Amino acid sequence: MKSLGETFERFGGVNLLPVLIAVIALVLIGSPSTWITLTVAGLAMGMMIFLMASGLSLVFGLMDVLNFGHSAFVSFGAFVAASVLAGLGAWVVADSVFLNVLALLAAIIAAALFGLLAGWFFEQVIIKPVYRDHLRQILITMGALIVAEQIILTIWGGSPISVARPHFLAGSLIIGDVSIETYRIFAFALGLAAYIALYFVLNRTRIGLLVRAGVENREMVEALGFRIDRLFIGVFMAGSALAAIGGAMWAGYQTLITPAIGSEMMIIVFIVIIIGGLGSIEGSLLGALMVGLMGNYVAFLAPKMSLASNMLLMMAILLWRPYGLRPAVQ
Amino acid sequence: MTDAAFADTANRTTGRTGRFIVYAIIALIGVSLFLAPFLFPDVRSQEVASRICIFIVLVASYDLLIGYTGIVSFAHTMFFGIGAYGAAIALKLMGPTWTALLTGSVIALVVSLLLAALVGMLSLRVKAIFFAMVTLAAASVMAVLASQLSDFTGGEDGIIYQIPKLFSPATKLLTDENGKVVKIFGVSANGKMALYYFVFLGSLLLYLVMMRIVASPLGTVLEAIRENEMRAEALGYRVVFYRTAIFCIAALIATCAGVMRAVWLKYTGPDTSLSFAIMIDILLMVVIGGMGTLLGAIIGATLMSLAQYYLKDLMEVASQATAGIPWLPDLLAPDRWLLWLGILFVLLVYFFPAGIAGTLMKKGAH
Repeated sequence: MKSLGETFERFGGVNLLPVLIAVIALVLIGSPSTWITLTVAGLAMGMMIFLMASGLSLVFGLMDVLNFGHSAFVSFGAFVAASVLAGLGAWVVADSVFLNVLALLAAIIAAALFGLLAGWFFEQVIIKPVYRDHLRQILITMGALIVAEQIILTIWGGSPISVARPHFLAGSLIIGDVSIETYRIFAFALGLAAYIALYFVLNRTRIGLLVRAGVENREMVEALGFRIDRLFIGVFMAGSALAAIGGAMWAGYQTLITPAIGSEMMIIVFIVIIIGGLGSIEGSLLGALMVGLMGNYVAFLAPKMSLASNMLLMMAILLWRPYGLRPAVQ
Repeated sequence: MTDAAFADTANRTTGRTGRFIVYAIIALIGVSLFLAPFLFPDVRSQEVASRICIFIVLVASYDLLIGYTGIVSFAHTMFFGIGAYGAAIALKLMGPTWTALLTGSVIALVVSLLLAALVGMLSLRVKAIFFAMVTLAAASVMAVLASQLSDFTGGEDGIIYQIPKLFSPATKLLTDENGKVVKIFGVSANGKMALYYFVFLGSLLLYLVMMRIVASPLGTVLEAIRENEMRAEALGYRVVFYRTAIFCIAALIATCAGVMRAVWLKYTGPDTSLSFAIMIDILLMVVIGGMGTLLGAIIGATLMSLAQYYLKDLMEVASQATAGIPWLPDLLAPDRWLLWLGILFVLLVYFFPAGIAGTLMKKGAH
């Protein structure tokens, strides 16, 4: 048993789990072409979830603040992007890749800017008064989430809004008998780019060093004379912007969005964070990929069990490792 | 006497006054609920009264968790829903008999207990915030399952069923010599009245049980855990055990409340028992009433329920009155009711975290 555990660790430890899920799914599904389609969908979904989860996880790790209102940024990101795309309707449907990309960039940047601003406002008004008081934090951010959802309902109305995908991302790629939606590849690439950027900032820059040190031991970094609270506002804003981008991408993926989009994703984001362990972006990525893959495979094999399967996955991992797979804080 | 002593006496008097006010409000609510069928005989008021009874139980049981033990759970509606669906499915499948009601309730209680124990043991070991996330996830998975397994639960439409004959309006509880229903203060003593008192007495019983729990040594240990977990552990109390125990107890009480709701409504669907909106209601009621005081549950549940039924009408009027002004009608529309509640909720948590009962009773008390 011990040698099995050692072999497991030597080949990458918990990083192997998504691969393991994919292999088991291949056996269960049988048809390789279906499997590839599902895997790509799962990876794309995982990357979008990663965008939403990473900020929340970092914020918690750094300041011990869990923001239950995080999903409001996802919803707002989705709706802002949808509005921008609708406003630039001519560019979106145009047959020119340049105009398409411009419209898409405008939508994503609008969502990100909104996330930055809203994150700043949220941190200053909602969260600052209740640092270090978990009970009131949970209650207040929950209250803020309710208010944010109602504001969305007031502005955009309750009926579903359809989101136009830019023309060059609308089709799908066909290789042999495998068909892959272009949008999924794009979502995967964007998520991967965000991960690499985050990884680079956290591991190669001075700010990243401070953030990692703050996650590990906040008091010590503060004692050394660094203003963790200022850093925290930055991390919070960046996390909110990432969530808004994630929401924008998710809106394009779903093509039909309702104000409930944020709270639906929130459950999955929580599951991802719990699986991955709080405070680490590696953990969030791992959790997001596992949840994305699992969700898509199970949706194919047993459609009704999709969400429940992720819940079971979370339960199993909590039993095995109560703090998640790769926690940065205990 | 010195000035300080004067101030002290004055403080104690205001504390006593506050306490008196709270007790007076509670007594008023209690008497009104007890006499509700006679005081407010119309259908809508009856619905409000029974809802208040059931939510007092639900909110008080949630207060055991959030106020007394310091656990934040978002799965309370899950247990409420299990109770409601347990009773509903049994009554639907086995017909409107007492056996069916009893079987359904017992099965629901067992399921709730198992689930609560499982969730508790899995996640009460780690940080409180983990527990909040796990329960939120569990509750939403349950809600999705209930709407998808439509063969059992009727999906989004819910289930309509009959309840035991004693509770049907045609049943005569008391008859005079002519065989007609006796009227007490102009209200006929029929099955509807029996149904209300079933709900009322059931709620009262559960509430008294909770009062007993809070006053027992268990209640003291729970407050010790809330105040200082490490110290409680160091004194030899197994914190995880106590937390899991109170989580299970609260779950069982919520399940009973769910059964009563199902019997009263003769209908069970996602909106009446499982939806997240109910969880938000419970949170608001606990915070408005006052966390950590079971009396607060009574005040919170009553205020919120009254507001929900009657304030919405007021908003409708306000919305129409401001029809000419941009934005304002939209913001005042009855559908936007949650917006205002949310803002109120945030403000309350900032400025009056002790809620109505807590603020009134603790003022000046040492």
